[in-house]
Amino acid sequence: MTQTTVQLNPPPAAQDDAELVLPTRAKRRFTEVAAERAIEGLIHLCGVSAILFVFGIFFFVFREGAPYVFGGDFKLGEFLFSTEWYPTSMGNPRYGVLSLIVGTFSVTALATLIAVPFGLGSAVFVSEFSGDKGRETLKVVIELLAAIPSVVWGFIGISVMNPVIQNVFHAPVGLNVLNGALLLALMSVPIMVSIGEDALKAVPDSYREAALAMGATRWQMVYRVLVPAAKNGLLAAVLLGVGRAVGETMAVLMATGHAINIPHSVFDPVRTLTATIAAELGEASAGSPHYRVLFIIGILLFTITFIVNLTADLAIRGIRKR
Amino acid sequence: MGAVFAETALTRRKRLTERLAQGILGLMALSLVVPLVTIVAYLFVQAWPLLSWDFLTSNPIDGMRHGGIWSAFLGTMYLVTASLCVSAPIGVLAAVYLNEYAEDNWLTRMINLAVVNLAGVPSIVHALFGLGAFVLFAGIGRSIIAASLTLAIMTLPVIIASTKESLASVPRSFREACWNVGATRWQTIRRIVLPNSVSGILTGVILQVSRTAGETAPIMFTGAVFFKKIPEGDIFAYSLTDQCMALSMHLYTVTTQVTNAPHALPYAIAVALLGTVLVVNALSIGTRVYLRSRKKW
Amino acid sequence: MVEPKQKKVEVSNLRLSYGKKEVIHGISFDIRQSEIFAIIGPAQSAKTSLLKCINRTLDFVPGAKVSGVIKVDGQDVSKMKNVYELRRKIGMVAPLPVGLPLSIYDNVAFAPRAAGMRNKRALDALVERCLTQAALWDEVKDRLDSLGTKLSGGQQQRLTIARALSHSPEVLCLDEFSIAIDPVTTMRIEEVLKQLREKITIILVTNLVQQARRLADRTMFLWNGEIVEMGTNDVMFSEHPQNRQTYEYVNGIFG
Repeated sequence: MTQTTVQLNPPPAAQDDAELVLPTRAKRRFTEVAAERAIEGLIHLCGVSAILFVFGIFFFVFREGAPYVFGGDFKLGEFLFSTEWYPTSMGNPRYGVLSLIVGTFSVTALATLIAVPFGLGSAVFVSEFSGDKGRETLKVVIELLAAIPSVVWGFIGISVMNPVIQNVFHAPVGLNVLNGALLLALMSVPIMVSIGEDALKAVPDSYREAALAMGATRWQMVYRVLVPAAKNGLLAAVLLGVGRAVGETMAVLMATGHAINIPHSVFDPVRTLTATIAAELGEASAGSPHYRVLFIIGILLFTITFIVNLTADLAIRGIRKR
Repeated sequence: MGAVFAETALTRRKRLTERLAQGILGLMALSLVVPLVTIVAYLFVQAWPLLSWDFLTSNPIDGMRHGGIWSAFLGTMYLVTASLCVSAPIGVLAAVYLNEYAEDNWLTRMINLAVVNLAGVPSIVHALFGLGAFVLFAGIGRSIIAASLTLAIMTLPVIIASTKESLASVPRSFREACWNVGATRWQTIRRIVLPNSVSGILTGVILQVSRTAGETAPIMFTGAVFFKKIPEGDIFAYSLTDQCMALSMHLYTVTTQVTNAPHALPYAIAVALLGTVLVVNALSIGTRVYLRSRKKW
Repeated sequence: MVEPKQKKVEVSNLRLSYGKKEVIHGISFDIRQSEIFAIIGPAQSAKTSLLKCINRTLDFVPGAKVSGVIKVDGQDVSKMKNVYELRRKIGMVAPLPVGLPLSIYDNVAFAPRAAGMRNKRALDALVERCLTQAALWDEVKDRLDSLGTKLSGGQQQRLTIARALSHSPEVLCLDEFSIAIDPVTTMRIEEVLKQLREKITIILVTNLVQQARRLADRTMFLWNGEIVEMGTNDVMFSEHPQNRQTYEYVNGIFG
């Protein structure tokens, strides 16, 4: 096969019509290129916006509370460890939040205790044991549970759980730790189920097949192989549920009662950190120490949920926290 | 010969444990269904006497003891629309950045961390932020704008996460085919990635509508009020600088602050709120199913 | 008899690592104008990565580090200001057929439009020309509106070739184009390549030694990121190539 002498820059397979030739002829409109630069700039800006907002939240909440921290007689130890919360006392206002911390803790702990078996158990059931019909139904139920607004849960706490608790347990009051915990459990179960299910799905099928091939029953496979393999994701599921419970406001505001003290049983009323802010911010006059302390409680909450979510995120990435 | 397959005590115990485990787990799953169904049914039954079209379209009267929920419902619509107009564009673009432009460096890790943390901020802290930043610092005052901006920051992380998922579901091979012929990143995104993620993005955004409609704490101190009188039937009754009523706030108010309300009233409000939320959720699922059926690959 | 030709692509001392692992260990070679240059070698020889270096789509792979110089038409590709021009100069066909989720027409018109071409008549003519050159026109001319993703594998691969031709490349890279398609389509595409060779330079990466033998003028045997041997087909596929390993690979003694 003979070849004529080399042609420099051989013409692309072109016709007579000059408009058909690329790339020398076609050029993008200046406006098109400019618009592309603009929107890419906007995209980059929106990308970093999440960081700005997180810092923003911390900054603006702290800003409202800061004057009291730095100017007034704020003592961190007294703030965190005293159970005396009397912000409206005329001569001697005190701002100890320990009762509130214990309130949050007790409701959350009980809620988690209730929610974990049901949440993770349902996750296992949906992922490993149920047929397609069951799975679809359960998914719908979980989505519906997740969609119920917290104020509606609070209302359910007052109108449904309240009388039920009083009747079934012969408790003196129905607005208490138990009430709040039941509501929080129902609210955090959907998160546990969906993230738990993701964690189980992420375990390769080869693990399941290997276990079954060795003669294990499905339950044994779950218990001995799957759960250990998925434990990071399952832990994350629980932690995210806990995070949701800690941060919940309306349901606990309406359902746990108004007593600010350390509970001695699950039938005692309590007040959580979140409910306190919601209940008292409206009445605290702007700029007063009471007002500012409520913002500081907000910082405290922000810190707690930050830590919980950070731990959950690390668990999801499979990195064990030191 | 039969002895080989005869059931030993061991296998019998294994089988029983298996059955028991399956039963217990199934019961746990079932125990989620039962409360949901009974509670919703109970609410509905208690609310029944008051449910009517009038209830939706007329205003509350007599110290909110009678009448309907129109002003609250309209307020919720305003809040939801305004907040989504802010959070949807920012959220989608942020997700585009994270999935299409971001490199594997510390900045990206920080952004992802920030999104996760933003998602975990308690709703009352969002309220404090909204109060401090929009109402006070920016001087907007308590208004629909301030409340909507607060709600927007709250829904932003979820929109980012769900949009990212939709973008990631577009196969990488499409992008590579575009890059190979000399298309820029944005051209690829605009012509291939975004049009084919629309169903997922829309589903996520609509889901946030229902969540926004139900929130109370973030709007309590930034723009929502117990009571405000507006003309009935006019959908432009509120202006953005007004404060407004909201369905979620209304439920809280009537349940905890209004005395001598008829028994069915709070139930009816709860049902109205629940109904709104569920209708929007159904819309979201419907959109997902419809657009999924028109899948292009 | 091969006359000395202009060098189209020059590679000097190319090194490529993914993270800590080096996969191309300092190779150098030239590809000449209007030839079919085949690169053979077993899987995992970094042949695909090599192509990605040439059209700089390696930029999209995080963690990839390149050193050395690649020149196309005498220009260092890493220093080119408009990398999109470079990618339009080089056509790329991937191993798995990819039909974009657009109409067949839009699939082929995608690149010219991205480059700024707007004239409808010109686009119509271009689409027809490229689909014809890719031996696909007759099969799809009546349904240019239908989705590219709904075509068969063989058709999608020809569609990819039409797309690659739509921006008038001067170098066409084919990365194992035939592994996912049927032999009949493979043959048709090979005919297309033979016709195209008059006007453009073709780099053919392939696992199929016989394909290289059939089509190429020169062949390079790449193994574990190093060039074992490179030369004209007469020598490479003969009884006595320069390197014993070449003979063994070509004849299937190892692979």
